[in-house]
Amino acid sequence: MEILMAILIGLLFASAVYLMLSKSLLRIIIGTGLLSHGAHLLLLTMAGLKRGSVPLLGEQAESYADPIPQALILTAIVISFGVTAFFLVLAYRAYQELGTDNIDEMRGSKNND
Amino acid sequence: MINLLILPIIIPLLTAAILLFFAKKIAIQRWISTISLMATLVVSLFLIHKIDQNGIQTLDIGSWPAPFGITLVSDMLSALLVTTATLVALGCVLYSFYSIGKGRENYYYYAIVQFLLVGVNGAFTTGDIFNMFVFFEVMLMASYVLLVIGGTKIQLRESIKYILVNVTSSALFVITVGYLYSIVGTLNMAHISERIAEVNQPGILTVIAILFLIVFGLKGAIFPLFFWLPGSYYAPPAPIMALFGALLTKVGVYSILRTYTLFFYHDTGFTHQLLAVLSILTVILGSIAAIAFKDMKKIVIYNIIVAIGVITYGIAMMNADGLSGAVFYVIHDMIIKAVLFLLVGIIIKITGSVDYRKFTGLINHYPLLGWTFFIAVLALAGIPPLSGFVGKLLIARSGFATGDVFGAIVILLSSLLVLYSLMRVFLNGFWGDPSGSSKKPEVAVGKLLVPAIGLTIVAICFGIFSEGVYHYISQATEVLMNPDIYIQAVLGKS
Repeated sequence: MEILMAILIGLLFASAVYLMLSKSLLRIIIGTGLLSHGAHLLLLTMAGLKRGSVPLLGEQAESYADPIPQALILTAIVISFGVTAFFLVLAYRAYQELGTDNIDEMRGSKNND
Repeated sequence: MINLLILPIIIPLLTAAILLFFAKKIAIQRWISTISLMATLVVSLFLIHKIDQNGIQTLDIGSWPAPFGITLVSDMLSALLVTTATLVALGCVLYSFYSIGKGRENYYYYAIVQFLLVGVNGAFTTGDIFNMFVFFEVMLMASYVLLVIGGTKIQLRESIKYILVNVTSSALFVITVGYLYSIVGTLNMAHISERIAEVNQPGILTVIAILFLIVFGLKGAIFPLFFWLPGSYYAPPAPIMALFGALLTKVGVYSILRTYTLFFYHDTGFTHQLLAVLSILTVILGSIAAIAFKDMKKIVIYNIIVAIGVITYGIAMMNADGLSGAVFYVIHDMIIKAVLFLLVGIIIKITGSVDYRKFTGLINHYPLLGWTFFIAVLALAGIPPLSGFVGKLLIARSGFATGDVFGAIVILLSSLLVLYSLMRVFLNGFWGDPSGSSKKPEVAVGKLLVPAIGLTIVAICFGIFSEGVYHYISQATEVLMNPDIYIQAVLGKS
């Protein structure tokens, strides 16, 4: 199971890198979304995907899934959500002010910074 | 007072929360943020005294014993850095009163500066690797807002690049923590160190060490990873630039220092050698760029990169001289870079130009500004009685002691280029024909100079009384050299 997840995460990272190297700002932001998705899945996978009950004590199970990575992922999700929201608004503002979505055209010149 | 070490984090946090309610009342905002920064400074000085008396201070949050809860650890190194960061923030806030402008002050500027300080102080104090990530994000989120506040075109453009780089490096940080957790199964830094010592750092941990170097190198701008810094730091106004230049990269350097002395000290052949090579390249490229530009902001920005290289070189040497030199230099550099950015901000306000060839004879109109700038440049280059000397001396000596003569000579030569890069500004801009510039009564130079001169005086005292300061820095180095002291303080067993 971990092997499968590793391949999947690798694909997510590959797509994220590809998208982040493109010219359109929105594709870059989609790339950051995929990147953080891959990072969160990796955090879950690296802690082990062994069988066990959900981490609720009421389940009275013999073994539970490791609760720490779940808490870490929850934290990381909220943080990347905040950053992505900020980034999207920034891209919107930049589109209004600079009038372009193309990273290459966002170079300043002496007269127009 | 076992909660003393959390106060440098909690005071700015509460202040920021309170400041959110007074967005449009600028006078109240200024008073509250000044008072709270002074309180934080007093608390952190008291913390240094307490650590000097009683050794490392630890606090298990929520009374959960060490490896299970989040532990805050304040050793001498973190306490010194927290104090310096607070001091620099105080200087920058006082400078902002007369330079940042109503437009920005009305939009939560002071609250965000406090949040930035929360992140920086938290990252210096934490004893938990994931908690460090969270404090990094607090700091970075505040820095995104500070970078873009005001919303000019150049700020929008540079923020996009800055955020993209930092989102990537944060994802890499999460990935690295995931890898490390899968091997050692813990997040507490002292416990991680203990577990790594048990398995004696196999190959996979060296890979993780390099990943950490990439993550913190992106935050701290070492050689192949500093490409984002010159553009991003160029965009915001002077006090924000001073905050960034003094604090943000130094947190990355502190994290390299912490992880490389606490976690990955078993197999130093590869990792520390790599760090040394990258540091030398950072110093060389930074120096070349610093003398290539005619733009004062660019010159100071590339001087940040030179200083980062010098500090990481000291870390890479991993002996007592190198580490205490690095601690000395990082504190000196935080103060003096803030001073330089503040002074360059004043010069640009007076002359309206970033190019130092466009004006001459400034010293005839502004002698105090000129001489402060002169002293700051000498201190940056490391002229003996001033603050940059002892750190660079120790770092160069550690390079010679380990037999890396080339590296040590590069460090020494870089001083010359750093001195040249900024002395050009002094010679061209301040000396020469007095008619090349004029007095601008509308710029409140006197008030802007107060925080810059205050920080310069601190830097001078730091150099002159380095004997007394060394008493504290040797305690910081002792913990860095013997991770057992740190582990014992946190986990409370031998």
